[in-house]
Amino acid sequence: MSLLTLPKPDETILRRRDEIIRQLKKLVPEAVLITDAEGRRTFETDALTAYRCMPLAVMLPGSTEEVSAILRYCHDNKIKVVPRGAGTSLSGGALPLEDSIVLGISRMTRVLSIDEANRAARVEAGITNIAITNAAAVHGYFYAPDPSSQLACTLAGNIAMNSGGAHCLKYGVTVNNLLSVRMVLMNGEIINIGGDYLDAPGYDFLGLITGSEGQFGVVTEATVRLLKAPEGARPMLLGFDSSEAAGACVAAIIAAGIVPVAIEFMDKPAIQVCENFAGAGYPLDVEAMLIVEVEGSNDEIDALLGTIAEIAERFAPRVVRASKSAEESVSIWKGRKAAFGAIGQLSDYFCMDGVIPLSKLPEALTEVGEICRRHRFRVVNIFHAGDGNLHPLILYNANDRAELERAEMCGAEILKLCVKLGGCLTGEHGVGIEKRELMRVQFTAADIAQQMRVKGVFDPDWLLNPAKVFPLEGRERQ
Amino acid sequence: MTGNLRLGFHAPATSREISDLVAEAAHAKIPLEVRGRGSKYEVGRWVQSGSVVSTEHLVGISLYEPSELVLSAAAGTPLDDIRNILAEHGQHLAFEPIDLGPVLGTHPGQSSIGGVFATNLSGSRRIQVGAARDHLLGVACINGWGEPFKSGGRVMKNVTGYDLCKAVAGSWGTLAVMTEVTMKVLPVAAETRTLLCVGLPDQTAVDVMTLCLGTPFEVSGTVHLQAPLAAKLSDPDIARSGAAVTAIRVENFPSAARYRVGRLKDRLAAYSPAVELDNARSRAFWEEIRTLRAFAGSDRPLWRISTIPSRAAKLVAIVARTLDIRVAYDWSGGLIWLETPPTSDAGTVEIRRAIAEFGGHATLIRAERATRASVEVFQPLDPPLAALTAKLKAAFDPAGILNPGRMYPGV
Repeated sequence: MSLLTLPKPDETILRRRDEIIRQLKKLVPEAVLITDAEGRRTFETDALTAYRCMPLAVMLPGSTEEVSAILRYCHDNKIKVVPRGAGTSLSGGALPLEDSIVLGISRMTRVLSIDEANRAARVEAGITNIAITNAAAVHGYFYAPDPSSQLACTLAGNIAMNSGGAHCLKYGVTVNNLLSVRMVLMNGEIINIGGDYLDAPGYDFLGLITGSEGQFGVVTEATVRLLKAPEGARPMLLGFDSSEAAGACVAAIIAAGIVPVAIEFMDKPAIQVCENFAGAGYPLDVEAMLIVEVEGSNDEIDALLGTIAEIAERFAPRVVRASKSAEESVSIWKGRKAAFGAIGQLSDYFCMDGVIPLSKLPEALTEVGEICRRHRFRVVNIFHAGDGNLHPLILYNANDRAELERAEMCGAEILKLCVKLGGCLTGEHGVGIEKRELMRVQFTAADIAQQMRVKGVFDPDWLLNPAKVFPLEGRERQ
Repeated sequence: MTGNLRLGFHAPATSREISDLVAEAAHAKIPLEVRGRGSKYEVGRWVQSGSVVSTEHLVGISLYEPSELVLSAAAGTPLDDIRNILAEHGQHLAFEPIDLGPVLGTHPGQSSIGGVFATNLSGSRRIQVGAARDHLLGVACINGWGEPFKSGGRVMKNVTGYDLCKAVAGSWGTLAVMTEVTMKVLPVAAETRTLLCVGLPDQTAVDVMTLCLGTPFEVSGTVHLQAPLAAKLSDPDIARSGAAVTAIRVENFPSAARYRVGRLKDRLAAYSPAVELDNARSRAFWEEIRTLRAFAGSDRPLWRISTIPSRAAKLVAIVARTLDIRVAYDWSGGLIWLETPPTSDAGTVEIRRAIAEFGGHATLIRAERATRASVEVFQPLDPPLAALTAKLKAAFDPAGILNPGRMYPGV
């Protein structure tokens, strides 16, 4: 373990492991219970693979009632629980603790109903993000939030992290597309928040639990809003001689009153890697590239892309290329969507997730480059430019512990920079374990104390995913 | 200062003074009525307090970056100041904050921006762009201890820590006193066009509105006003029709708006969409929806009901069996504005019974003080949620001094 540490496990719980497993087996005989080392190893980490920890056991329940029984038992016996969707968290949100039970929701994947008239889907929360859209597509609808991991990630995880995606500039993030949840609290109590209507009565618990990183409860079912698919969508590539020009172009597009469905940014190293991998026809002789996508009828798309091209001309673009066919559109997006995988084949990387005000983009990119040079790392920048959500990828060697520590320090400096520029530590990946100790950079002690008191509303004993989000030091004073 | 605190109206000009005031009230366990500019004073349960803390002197826009779609303002800043500066840059608050002034017998444009978020009142475009709370990016507040805290920030995407903006939005000042709010703003579409169908029965109107939202044309408003309400609008064609009116709004750049309205017209051919409002008439029409003109100048009780769109007309029909009501539907039926006869309980029994059967929640927006003291103004909560509500209140305001009882007894 490098810079980040996990709390010391509770020895009494560790000693009671056999008994706990026996009782859980008896309590929920239908749920999958994984206790052997090989089985547990699948769950010892998530997409933040630098950290690993074997839990006491893993349980995969099949119903809300089973989740409730497990949580009530763990609550009564003061056993920590780490909820897990598909384990795609990039911030270590699903990293187990040695004295914890991992409660995975991945067996609860049913679509319960698609309500076309009210444009809503009721699903079990272990369903993958893409499966919701697949189920809705036969009716011509889609579920808008589209995180890069959408093939694998679960709705439960999306709710826990308030996930976004490439298209959230127009359609919003998870919280904006959620109508209701069925959730189990740590004490086993099952609660329903919201319904098939907009805005739940009373306090906005639905909004509050979204993005609470699995610390308030385990969501087992949810109703999400569906949207009618647009008539069409088409991307445009814009290549520039500098990141400054690309950033200024993004600001000018938005200032002109156009909110494209997506604006993605790639720097030169990113363009090269993605082009080698996907052969998307990206220009290799530019310093920065934007993928701008708009939606509508063919004529509307032509008109909008025409306006965007005119705006781009003010920034001396090297390349202005609107997609001319469905195949070309797919290939343009293929490069972007393959980006993380392509880079992963080259090297291990840390994916940062800081957000900056758009006007600070050139400054931020220059300084990110400086920080990485100082720490002797290569950096690749791919991100959602429309909302200033940076994803610098720091390339490092995970097998070298010293290099891992340096990479973490480098990442921390980048995130501190984002906060200094008026932004925040994380735009869509969550704090998890990764950014826990940086919370004080963005928040005062009073800010953090207020958040921790809200945690206490749902889980006064701090048993649910406890080692995440807040700095470990000083917790007992709250 | 304690002497002043017991009785009186406090409108400090700095958040520091608000912080001191709340800390002192918490120490002395003296309840405070929390107010913005007081435009919604006559909504909600009555707060039993002789002391008022108002943010009306916390004014000013501290940040506005049109190209970043973000604006920050002190909580007491008049909504109209914000609307005006945004309009100068072709932008707006896309959630179309409802203005309750006219239905409460006062003037429009009296709200503070803090009050808009504290009540989370969103207008017709909520179906497309989300509620007020979806546009609240960051807040600075004073909690019930008198401590300042912040949540969120000024950037569009932010999942750093819990989103306490969501807790504070819609909490009617019962959790904290907002001192500054940062919000997402959006460009105003160049062209607004509105299709009208005239004389549709409620259920058919809901079907029409639902059909429109099931198209890819990004319909941004769907309302249906029963005949007596439509007659109160100022557009001569509508007012003279003497019939119910169903309106479908499309906003985009001009050629796209015209194209989309044309396509919708084809789809709605069976319902004879008789009138198409151009840009200027459309904007005037939707401004009257936003300011609830159809319900102004009356003192009959007015309910705001959020329900499942496809069940809305049935819910209304059940209530109409026993009460003489006037109804407007928004959000394709998902939002019902319902005026009841001036009985002492404002029709609470019938409405709550219908909600229990059809799902949703109802808030009594306009009623005599005596009525609001005797019936539940906000939707009663299920016991588990009521318990969480009390705990959340205690996590922000353990002494229970901020707007106690404004939403629910004991909260």
